[in-house]
Amino acid sequence: MTALPGPRAVLGALPFLEGFPREFVEALTPLAHERSYEVDTTIVREGAPADAFFLLVSGKVALEVVAHDRPRRTIETIGPGEVLGWSWLVPPYRWRLDARAVKPTRLVAIEGAGLRALLDRQPAEGYRFLLRLLPVVAERLENTRVQLLDLHAP
Amino acid sequence: MPPEPARRDDDLPLAPHPYRVLEAGPETADTTTLALAPVTGEATRAFAPGQFNMLYAFGIGEVAISISGEPARRDRLVHTVRAVGKVSTALAAARPGQVLGVRGPYGSGWPLAGADGGDVVVMAGGVGMAPLRPLVYELYAHRERYERVEVIYGSRSPKDLLYYPELQRWRRRTDTRVQVTVDSAGRDWYGDVGVVTTRLPDARFDPARTTAFLCGPEIMMRLSAQALADRGVAPTSIFLSMERNMKCAIAQCGHCQFGPDFLCREGPVLSYAHLKPFLATREL
Ligand SMILES: Cc1cc2nc3c(=O)[nH]c(=O)nc-3n(C[C@H](O)[C@H](O)[C@H](O)COP(=O)(O)OP(=O)(O)OC[C@H]3O[C@@H](n4cnc5c(N)ncnc54)[C@H](O)[C@@H]3O)c2cc1C
Repeated sequence: MTALPGPRAVLGALPFLEGFPREFVEALTPLAHERSYEVDTTIVREGAPADAFFLLVSGKVALEVVAHDRPRRTIETIGPGEVLGWSWLVPPYRWRLDARAVKPTRLVAIEGAGLRALLDRQPAEGYRFLLRLLPVVAERLENTRVQLLDLHAP
Repeated sequence: MPPEPARRDDDLPLAPHPYRVLEAGPETADTTTLALAPVTGEATRAFAPGQFNMLYAFGIGEVAISISGEPARRDRLVHTVRAVGKVSTALAAARPGQVLGVRGPYGSGWPLAGADGGDVVVMAGGVGMAPLRPLVYELYAHRERYERVEVIYGSRSPKDLLYYPELQRWRRRTDTRVQVTVDSAGRDWYGDVGVVTTRLPDARFDPARTTAFLCGPEIMMRLSAQALADRGVAPTSIFLSMERNMKCAIAQCGHCQFGPDFLCREGPVLSYAHLKPFLATREL
């Protein structure tokens, strides 16, 4: 894993941040770090502190559920432009899933505590940020519901 | 296409014709692909992609099964059967040499002619790939007629994917994009995981000039058709194969009535515009 300083250009190009004022993206820049992962490396581990918001730049990440008595299952993969999760926003700030790179992956990690403080200080942008994030949460929930229906059962 | 000889079953529409099993290959744990040929040595009947036959396991029963082979081949009839109950289990267990009854082909095929000159999106779920495979063969046989071709195929797990070696070949083609996704997977799967609709944002097509062909579990088709319509594809250009259970396949018994249609005759392929009011009706 390599940590590089987060160039503003990378942040500016992320679809998630499209339409946010320049000043807001500027304020995010010192909190952002670029990271890359080889195939099969773990990005986050269930139960570990969720101290960053991850946005995928390239590659593919598998979200895995780990049950003690069963082999781990991937329940979703996410690709470029997508966000890895929201545990950094929800107390007690711990990851609920494992995330593993299934392709060489580059992402931007935005420090969780710093991001929360920034969203608090700029409530208008904070609200817009949540409006961006909520559809992601809603869509994952909806997809999980569809998976639960087990469409392919005879 | 040469004119068909007069149908032998005009007088006896429900009489099955004996076909011998040439090959029976396992696709997945519960699904088998059968290659059949008439015991008489004649050619098989011409069919359009999306049509089905009634397959009869003698002494057990008869069920509707889509034709999943190449339309151009008349030396064999190919069907892919998933064992879910009495009859389908008997069919999926058929061995080379065994004789099965066949009548058909029946039903509306995929209206591929209307897709000329535009983009094509194919979305399949599980065994729903069976009636779509002949359509993909047709697309490839006349690839120059279409602009972009996007295929999205989803199954419950990697081991439930049909036609895996063939999927790999399709994925290597540069004139089509084939996305494969599964509902969940173990660590040995490096492909996509998520329901089929999660792959749609990555598919490139011009909604105003797109024809979409869908087959799979009904909820999967409803959600996929909705997602395509949300993206701007006209509901009149989205086609679903409604594989509700049927009995006679000749629009007499009423078993497959769905809204105003007999799915065996007007269907199984119908447009989303036509089906939408009834898809939303619970318990129809
Ligand atoms: C036009 C058409 C094309 C079809 N093409 C194929 C195909 O290519 N391959 C294939 O494997 N199957 C196909 N089917 C489905 C197949 O006809 C049924 O699986 C079969 O009729 C089940 O009969 P059975 O006696 O084995 O099971 P049953 O004992 O009748 O039923 C067993 C279980 O399967 C469910 N079931 C029965 N019929 C269906 C159905 N149509 N759809 C979903 N669930 C059903 C029942 O509710 C029950 O839970 C098609 C159906 C239609 C109408």
